[in-house]
Amino acid sequence: MALELKQVSKSVAGETHIFPTDMVLEAGEFNILLGTTLSGKTSLMQLMAGLDRPTSGQVWFNGQDVTEMPVQKRNVSMVYQQFINYPNMTVFENIASPLRVAKLPDKETRSRVGEIAEILRISSMLERRPSELSGGQQQRVAMARALVKDSSLILFDEPLANLDFKLREELRDELPRLFAERDCVVVYATTEPSEALLFGGKCAAMFEGAVAQFGPTAELYRKPLNLTSAQVFSEPPLNVAKVVKSGDIFRLSDTASWPVDASYQTMADGEYTIGVRPHHVYPMQKEKQLVPIDGKVQVAELSGSESMIHFTAFEDDSWVSLSHGVHAFDGGEVTTFYVDVANCFYFGADGRLISAGM
Amino acid sequence: MNKTVNQKAWFLVLPVLLLVAFNALIPLMTVVNYSVQETFGDNNFFWAGVLWFEEVLRSERFHSSLGRQLFFTFSILLIEIPLGVAIALAMPRKGVWVSVCLVLMAMPLLIPWNVVGAMWNIFALPEIGLLGNTLNALGIDYNFTRQPVAAWVTLIAMDVWHWTSLVVLLAYAGLVSIPDAYYQAAKIDGASSWAIFRFIQLPKMKRVLTIAILLRFMDSFNIYTEPFVLTGGGPGNSTTLLSIDLVKIALGQFDLGPAAAMSLIYFLIILLLSWIFYTLMMRNEDQ
Repeated sequence: MALELKQVSKSVAGETHIFPTDMVLEAGEFNILLGTTLSGKTSLMQLMAGLDRPTSGQVWFNGQDVTEMPVQKRNVSMVYQQFINYPNMTVFENIASPLRVAKLPDKETRSRVGEIAEILRISSMLERRPSELSGGQQQRVAMARALVKDSSLILFDEPLANLDFKLREELRDELPRLFAERDCVVVYATTEPSEALLFGGKCAAMFEGAVAQFGPTAELYRKPLNLTSAQVFSEPPLNVAKVVKSGDIFRLSDTASWPVDASYQTMADGEYTIGVRPHHVYPMQKEKQLVPIDGKVQVAELSGSESMIHFTAFEDDSWVSLSHGVHAFDGGEVTTFYVDVANCFYFGADGRLISAGM
Repeated sequence: MNKTVNQKAWFLVLPVLLLVAFNALIPLMTVVNYSVQETFGDNNFFWAGVLWFEEVLRSERFHSSLGRQLFFTFSILLIEIPLGVAIALAMPRKGVWVSVCLVLMAMPLLIPWNVVGAMWNIFALPEIGLLGNTLNALGIDYNFTRQPVAAWVTLIAMDVWHWTSLVVLLAYAGLVSIPDAYYQAAKIDGASSWAIFRFIQLPKMKRVLTIAILLRFMDSFNIYTEPFVLTGGGPGNSTTLLSIDLVKIALGQFDLGPAAAMSLIYFLIILLLSWIFYTLMMRNEDQ
């Protein structure tokens, strides 16, 4: 099974929400849409589901053009960020509702609901109403309703965003298990790079209504095609700065420079953009060859096992350093940070990746 | 941790206590005082016990005005609640028309009650009123100052015109608070628009509708100004609601004792019915 978007775009009142997009989403693995709020994840999902018609382009499912087919006929399920259940029906009736619409015999409805409730561990609450359940349980009911009807396309729109940390971890573990034996296309939208990495599969990095890159999730992380994709896939945000190559030297600022490694010799002289992940910027010297830069600390967030230090470097650029252990700094303090230049991305003037380090 | 004992905090609640005392408690106790005494003027009072209560509860006059009151209240509830919900459902959720609709809806609520009564009185006059004259020109014999049925129709129409907006605004507030995702989920399930109303919109509006019903019930049971200006309780006694009757007894005949007893009974009826309404609707919620 596969869902195919062919040059799908959407604009509302002259404003482009989704730029022309081509994508093939396959069954058997998670397809993740990663991007910040308003990056177009939900708009794209609504086009996939058929809740919205594309302005141009086509949506194909299993080799069939479904662009004009209304959502009711498409066998789609969707789970939302809000916990959407019918408020005055019991949990059982909520889960059974898609089967009732499909006019399934009562006996089969009963066994299917029982089965899915068992998997999602809500069997003991079938007679209650959604308002009597906790957030995590309500979201499980919504998931059960989406899963009970053997959809060929299941869309998750940030389903874990409104849950507390502990529940989120629990459901994160359960989700991949639920789809292991199903033949359906799963699309999962999230704002968190760590969640995308956890689910694996394929990932689309979305930015301002366009897909910056679509491919295997790990590859997106290790070898982003362009600066946008690298920025989408970085939390805390990617540190970015201009660097000039002249001959054998990369020069970041008057004081910070490093020799050009043999593998970069083919790069032409000129200006490049480097991207450094926050955990490759240290507040102290390491054994490795690190390049020192001066930074003025804005704020240091200590979480016990990790320290996240926001500082300004190179005129007004905001940088972040994420390191193990507790490193306390006062706001306004000027100190030296160490950049692991061997692990940074080099982007050309057009934003395309030139080298992903070693 | 030790609790801090600070008696100064009492001064902070004192203004509210004083306000409630002057507003509600002292007048109420005065009424209680009158209701158990007999007076022949000159500020001479004699103990009467529950005499006035017995008299009021047995009186034919009280029964019939209570009956008219109940009929009025339930009629307007039966019209205003469904009508208000229907109008709220028909109103746009987005765009420039939202504010236009809301302002139009709020208009009747902004008009002073006696003005509403005067407006409808003139509007419905058979000779010169737009409504009365038109109806008569169409061949319908309509004169609300002489026909009890016409008086009732006018009275109910006036209340519906004046107060349906309140139900609309409350129901609308309930409707717009439903996230879009609910409608999408229903669409995915293939639910009909009746099912959407029955299983999403109505349950989501339940709380505001409970408040709307309670407010409309209490307000309409207390109604005085508008019917007083419109019909003055007439023709005859046909539109004499409880409050109009009460004012007639208290200020027209100056029967302080029976009037006080009647107001207490009136008050207890509203309290009791509101409580029953509320418990019934909240119990439904718990089920």
